[in-house]
Amino acid sequence: MRHIISILIENEAGALSRVAGLFSARGYNIESLTVAPTEDSSLSRMTLVTRGNDDIIEQITKQLNKLVDVVKLIDLAESAHIERELMMVKVKTSEATRAEIKRIADIFRGRIIDVTPMTFVIEMTGTSDKLDAFVKAIDETTIIEVVRSGATGICRGEKGLHL
Amino acid sequence: MGFIDHLIVNAEGNSVELNGAQILVQSLKDEGVEYIFGYPGGAVLHIYDAIFQQDDVKHILVRHEQGATHAADAYARATGKTGVVLVTSGPGATNAVTGIATAYMDSIPMVVISGQVPSPVIGSDAFQEVDMVGISRPCVKHNFLVKDVTKLAETIKKAFYVASTGRPGPVVVDVPKDITDPNIKVPYKYPRKVTMRSYNPAVEGHKGQIKKAVELLLSAQRPMIYSGGGVILGEASRELIELTRTLGYPITNTLMGLGAYPATDKQFIGMLGMHGTYEANMGMHESDVILAVGARFDDRVTGKLAEFCPYAKIIHIDVDPASISKTVKVDIPIVGQVKPVLTQMIEQIKESKKQPSKKALAAWWEQIDKWRSVQCLEYDRESPLIKPQYVIEQLYEVTKGDAYITSDVGQHQMYAAQYYHFDKPRRWINSGGLGTMGFGLPAAIGVKLAFPEADVACVTGEASIQMCIQELSTALQYKTPVKIINLNNRYMGMVRQWQEFSYESRYSHSYMDTLPDFVKLAEAYGHVGMLVENKADLRSALEEAFAMKDRTVFMDIITDRTENVYPMIESGKGHHDMKLRIAPGTPTDRELA
Repeated sequence: MRHIISILIENEAGALSRVAGLFSARGYNIESLTVAPTEDSSLSRMTLVTRGNDDIIEQITKQLNKLVDVVKLIDLAESAHIERELMMVKVKTSEATRAEIKRIADIFRGRIIDVTPMTFVIEMTGTSDKLDAFVKAIDETTIIEVVRSGATGICRGEKGLHL
Repeated sequence: MGFIDHLIVNAEGNSVELNGAQILVQSLKDEGVEYIFGYPGGAVLHIYDAIFQQDDVKHILVRHEQGATHAADAYARATGKTGVVLVTSGPGATNAVTGIATAYMDSIPMVVISGQVPSPVIGSDAFQEVDMVGISRPCVKHNFLVKDVTKLAETIKKAFYVASTGRPGPVVVDVPKDITDPNIKVPYKYPRKVTMRSYNPAVEGHKGQIKKAVELLLSAQRPMIYSGGGVILGEASRELIELTRTLGYPITNTLMGLGAYPATDKQFIGMLGMHGTYEANMGMHESDVILAVGARFDDRVTGKLAEFCPYAKIIHIDVDPASISKTVKVDIPIVGQVKPVLTQMIEQIKESKKQPSKKALAAWWEQIDKWRSVQCLEYDRESPLIKPQYVIEQLYEVTKGDAYITSDVGQHQMYAAQYYHFDKPRRWINSGGLGTMGFGLPAAIGVKLAFPEADVACVTGEASIQMCIQELSTALQYKTPVKIINLNNRYMGMVRQWQEFSYESRYSHSYMDTLPDFVKLAEAYGHVGMLVENKADLRSALEEAFAMKDRTVFMDIITDRTENVYPMIESGKGHHDMKLRIAPGTPTDRELA
């Protein structure tokens, strides 16, 4: 099953490699990973998407917690949460296809943020599933580049990950 | 005495400024460090200059950095204190990695200070530069790169704190040369205490879990206590003994846990696992309730996981939550330090009205005694050859079972574990997790420094000993008279045994036909060498060696080259599927052609 693990980690050099190294050394898989400092600049927040059965996810969270730099973590899949990913897609356009691409982008609430005579760049946020669906919806041969941030997320309501 | 003492506080009581090298050495002193094991080099010259100018912290010069790590590691295993290593950058650091990994796998508290090239040139492939923080990351509990001399003392404090608390382990502190610059002085203050918001190791166990565990334990029909190295690391031997005797249950120890419960006690049924006793492994297999204490269900203990303890409910006490249900799913996990948890359990048992069923326990012991009667550790005592088991039995008698025994890795290690009956914790010093050949000799030196009056023997083989034999020189320099018991079978015995069992006796590269003359070698290093070829001479030779209190003695003992370690659970098999010794007189007991 897919899990989104949110981690508060000391914002120190090498912290990211401790997490990445743990995953490769123990053979866990990382689907995506995003990192940035939080409002407290001494802390980074890392969002990691991984897959595994319950035993593997339990080991992953325990091993992550064991890293001395990890302050706290939460498995978002355990409670109601909001997930978002940012994507930018560059597509080839022509007179004939422009309107159609724009229409599909609108359906997915995407925005066109760059236009040249030959290309569009479409910006879109949403769950990873939604972004997948958009990529499938447009003509594959028109895609020049797809850039995705990897999923990030936050708990709904009172619950959350903070010190 | 030393230059630092009177510099630290001046007459007005104000702190005085020290340079980074002095701060490092003074921090070690303030931490109570007695010995540093190390080897100098370019990146640590400032530090060595500071070491030279004081004599509070004694430096032991090894002959190879691997030796430094093993000596410091064994010092830690024997004393419970944190071992300290100092190496230079580049090859000094990489040579230390095997020893760091050894300590990591066995959860040994150790602080390794590695020199690094000056900060401004880090990343430029400078002379003797390696990314030590990167290289050591997978085999340390934590590591630090010091970037600011004003944070040096605090970093050293954190290193000792992390290394020695929770589940202990090695911590590397990488110190760039400019940090120890003699010309840059800053105020020195060694913190008494550090707290880290990201590091809060568990102490006491969950009361509810302990209550449940005690209820389950008391209702057991075929109970088994399985304890590991965590009991020794957690100084909980006394509590383990009290609990075991209160309950009257059988107990088995892992390789790392030997000595935590007295091996000569009648409730002790031997080591378990790949080369464990028949009664311990069968007992585990048939048990209905297992209490695992400070043990981690290592593959050498469990054998085939799918067949591991099929009838048992398992209680697991461990300070490391990640050890729980890692390989074997347990029913009642208790996260906490072994000592307070066992103490709580003993109290609960005393308060409980429930008693273990006397009838069930008597029947269980009867069954265990039947397994015991197989006498799985018997061997051919009539053989005219020197059997390795016989050597360990004689060693046990000559040292009255009270020596510190270090070992290397292989058959000799298993014989020592099986036939030297450890009655006290911290007496059995071996590389269990990583299985590092070359560990034994530097380890013996580390132990002897800690306990100069005690008998220290390194049980080794002619293959292992050659991996760190250069430390014979260190033993001479620091007058650490250890006894080397070299079980010389002219084979890498354990490799040969596996090749015999699994590769139709194709002994691929498990033989060395150019062994050195160990007697001359020992003499060349300034020690006493003894060759023992006849069984009849063994006892008197051992007595003679141990009588030489002030000499290191290398005993080259020519043993039966075809002897194997039994019992054995071959890899991929379960506890009940043991290979037992073949009766005396069969071809395996004869010399190979």
